[in-house]
Amino acid sequence: MVEINLNRRQFLKLSGATAVTLAVVELGFNEKKAHASTKEFKIAKSTVTPTICCFCGVGCGILVHTKDNTVVYTEGDPDNPINEGKLCSKGTTIRQLYTSEKRIKKPLYRAPGSNKWEEKEWEWMYETIAKRTKETRDKTFVVSEDGMTVNKTEAIASLGGAALDNEETYLLSKMMRGLGVTYLEHQARI
Amino acid sequence: MTNSWNDVQYTDCALIMGANPAENHPISFRWLTKAKENGGKIVSVDPRYTRTSAMSDIYASLRSGTDIPFMGGMIKYALDNNLYHKEYVAKYTNASFIVKDSYKFEDGLFSGYNAEKRAYDKTQWAIEKDAEGKPVKDFTLEHPRSVFQLMKKHYSRYDVDTVVKITGTPEDDLLKVYEAFCATGKVGKAGTIMYAMGTTQHTVGTQNVRAFAIIQLLLGNVGVPGGGINAMRGESNVQGSTDFGLLYGNLTGYLNAPTSTDKLNATLAGHLEKETPKTGYWSNKPKFIVSLLKAWYGPNATPENEFAYQYLPKGNKNYSHINLFKAMYDGKLEGAFLFGTNPVVGGPNAGKEKEALSNLKWLVAVDLWETETSAFWQKEAGSDPGKINTEVFLLPACSSYEKEGSVSNSARWMQYRWQAIKPLGESKADLEIIHELATKIKALYKNESGPAAAPINALYWNYGEGHHPDIDLVCKEINGYDVNTGKLIAGFGNLKDDGSTCSGNWIYCGFYPEEGKNRAKNRDKKDTGMSLYLNWSYAWPMNRRILYNRASCDPSGVPYNKEKAVVWYDAAKGKWTGVDIPDFVATRKPGDAGFEDPFIMMNDGVGGVFAPTLNDGPFPEHYEPYESPAKNPFSSQEINPTIQLFDGKFNERGFKADYPIVATTYRVSEHWQSGTMTRNQEWLSELVPHMYIEISEELAKEKGIKNKDKVIVSSARGEVKAYAMVTKRFKPHTIDGKKVHQIGMPWHFGYKGFATGDTANRLTPHIGDANTTIPEYKAFLCDVRRA
Repeated sequence: MVEINLNRRQFLKLSGATAVTLAVVELGFNEKKAHASTKEFKIAKSTVTPTICCFCGVGCGILVHTKDNTVVYTEGDPDNPINEGKLCSKGTTIRQLYTSEKRIKKPLYRAPGSNKWEEKEWEWMYETIAKRTKETRDKTFVVSEDGMTVNKTEAIASLGGAALDNEETYLLSKMMRGLGVTYLEHQARI
Repeated sequence: MTNSWNDVQYTDCALIMGANPAENHPISFRWLTKAKENGGKIVSVDPRYTRTSAMSDIYASLRSGTDIPFMGGMIKYALDNNLYHKEYVAKYTNASFIVKDSYKFEDGLFSGYNAEKRAYDKTQWAIEKDAEGKPVKDFTLEHPRSVFQLMKKHYSRYDVDTVVKITGTPEDDLLKVYEAFCATGKVGKAGTIMYAMGTTQHTVGTQNVRAFAIIQLLLGNVGVPGGGINAMRGESNVQGSTDFGLLYGNLTGYLNAPTSTDKLNATLAGHLEKETPKTGYWSNKPKFIVSLLKAWYGPNATPENEFAYQYLPKGNKNYSHINLFKAMYDGKLEGAFLFGTNPVVGGPNAGKEKEALSNLKWLVAVDLWETETSAFWQKEAGSDPGKINTEVFLLPACSSYEKEGSVSNSARWMQYRWQAIKPLGESKADLEIIHELATKIKALYKNESGPAAAPINALYWNYGEGHHPDIDLVCKEINGYDVNTGKLIAGFGNLKDDGSTCSGNWIYCGFYPEEGKNRAKNRDKKDTGMSLYLNWSYAWPMNRRILYNRASCDPSGVPYNKEKAVVWYDAAKGKWTGVDIPDFVATRKPGDAGFEDPFIMMNDGVGGVFAPTLNDGPFPEHYEPYESPAKNPFSSQEINPTIQLFDGKFNERGFKADYPIVATTYRVSEHWQSGTMTRNQEWLSELVPHMYIEISEELAKEKGIKNKDKVIVSSARGEVKAYAMVTKRFKPHTIDGKKVHQIGMPWHFGYKGFATGDTANRLTPHIGDANTTIPEYKAFLCDVRRA
């Protein structure tokens, strides 16, 4: 885990059970303050991990609170100098990327002519895709053109990557060029 | 971006054109608001009165597709009124260069045009060179063939009357914008231009940006705090994915991919000769190319086998998005990989892109969701599944905080994201998926030795033993290391062309200079001066925060604005100092060759007012969009004479007789791109649940459309249903004396997710820019009727 703002961590520790109990005793019946402390209670003892928003190119910092194997809360990272804790509507709701019922949780396969998805194992998917890639590549591979070595296949395309991490785009770029793919494009074009 | 988000607060005037940051980059706006508090002005130029316009000091409307007249008029205004930065223009740009007398411009065409090829012989626009091969210059800028005088002549045609006639901008508003922005030409003042896809998604998109570059060079606004040309990126890592070579034409770090169309590329030596200029920083290119080959092919890249250069694929054509889908449409592609992309919603003429997919034998989609693209074969997509033989593999990817890695924002800041939680269900990080695929494919070739096997067998793939690759090894390879000792390279200045170093992306070399110091992970939020935050993350190249910052100082090294200084030459100490990392060779002293050159990446060391390398001319010239309601008043060339034409069923073209209304697409704050990431979330779907169009009160009245009515928008490519939002934000333009309407619509919708609606891109054309082939989404013709 990365070292983030120490003061913030101390604050988070303080907002744990002991602190909340103390706070309730001290606060008496002040409704507003009591509401604020219950809000703190939800994220008490959660693990806080800094991330960068996955949407636009501004690069706002976000803190992801996780507890009991789920994402319990997200908020703007006050330490990030770009957004200083502020977020837009999309940055604010980033938790739902994890909690949305629409997420796919298993590899899905659609056979030729079929009208439905079938759940498959990862290993089967990897092996079948590798086989298809090799079949197409072998069949269409061009070694030379007008006497020049060109080592390419113009029958396989790769699209996308603007939402991937740098390290992922690097491996993707290396793999596709390594295979001889020339139709290599992504969202920067469109 | 040449500058950064935080830097915008130092501007005296921000010209926001072809972008709507208040909506699409909301948090950036806090720095624009700060600029306003500091006395700066905000200018918004847009066909629609946007949320950005609402926050601006000056707003000017224009018809979509007329940015060059608008900016050409501004160039003329700056020159006529002597508002340009004289020393900067003479010393820091190529305005003083003499152009060969073969350069001509007549009736919308530059010299060297070949109508059959729709291309220019660019050698006709060459700069005159002296016996040593250096440009011939006239610092008085008076030579009739100096770039300065040619530019003056070119833009003398862009007078206010003609500009207003074609842009439809009210004259008062136009002049207010010119006056406010050109005031930044005063020595010590700074103006920034912030733009996005409203600028680039045109058949003249590259030249639109060129027009920005010219005005910024004339006003001395590049390289200074609060200045620059700032492309606001729409995706969290579209900067990084471009840096890492996910476009057909370049490998990583903007190294050109070798093509088979140039004989020199037959050998590595020839390729290096062709690619390497004698002057400027690119003269180091062989070190970057050889280090990349060492990163990709490892010990299999040796001096004897040209460092495995022959294994790189060599293309011979334009393989960009539209061409890719044309090849698919024509049945020339068998398989495709899609990594988090949804062209059935996001691609131009999306109905045809969907049709094209059914010609594939196999399709692999890696995504968090089922998208309109991976589900193109379904009945709800309007398909007959029984007739589609494409095999589809949908691999569940995890979200950005379920894995670790870095992303580069618009300002080139490489920020690390730590893993907050394990991937949901069986989903996996793309890093692992790519690694597993590469490993499996390589395994199938392991015992083969044919010609197709050799390149893939030689590919060096060594990221640990587990299913999940060791990301630290990937990071180290990107940065580069000494291949004999394994010692990390401190910066790209230390890369070698003899095969002793590797670096997967030379522009990033330096982010991981020593063991345990991945600088993308830096989180020291202290302002190190001028809000540059040198210890927060890492900005390529070499942590420089303002590109070309040498230009913030006069030729002797004194800052033009002492209050906002970032670098300066300390004559007493005999060295450069400051709060930013110098973007130049800082060891040079006054009198040394190159001491005064601010543009390190340009071969001649100066900024390019004149750009003889572009496909459609060295100066931006106005041509109408592919589909236009008006005649071009500047020449008899109606459309860009160098764009590639796609026709037939793949791209039906509409004309104003049938489709008299100008249309454009845009985004809203609550949704993102093709909508898959936001339409699959409950709250955002609830905030903006429906597809709609914005139309003016005037057009609504003409068509009998009321607010919230269901309407049908049609173009030559198709029809979409939407709700009408009748608004004052659009006003009809008066173009050459006639009323021309414009409408706009978000392009986020499709039939999947919680919030569904028709896809705007079913209307847009398959036509692209002359240099980049980016589609012309932002100006096309349509008609509207009640549903």
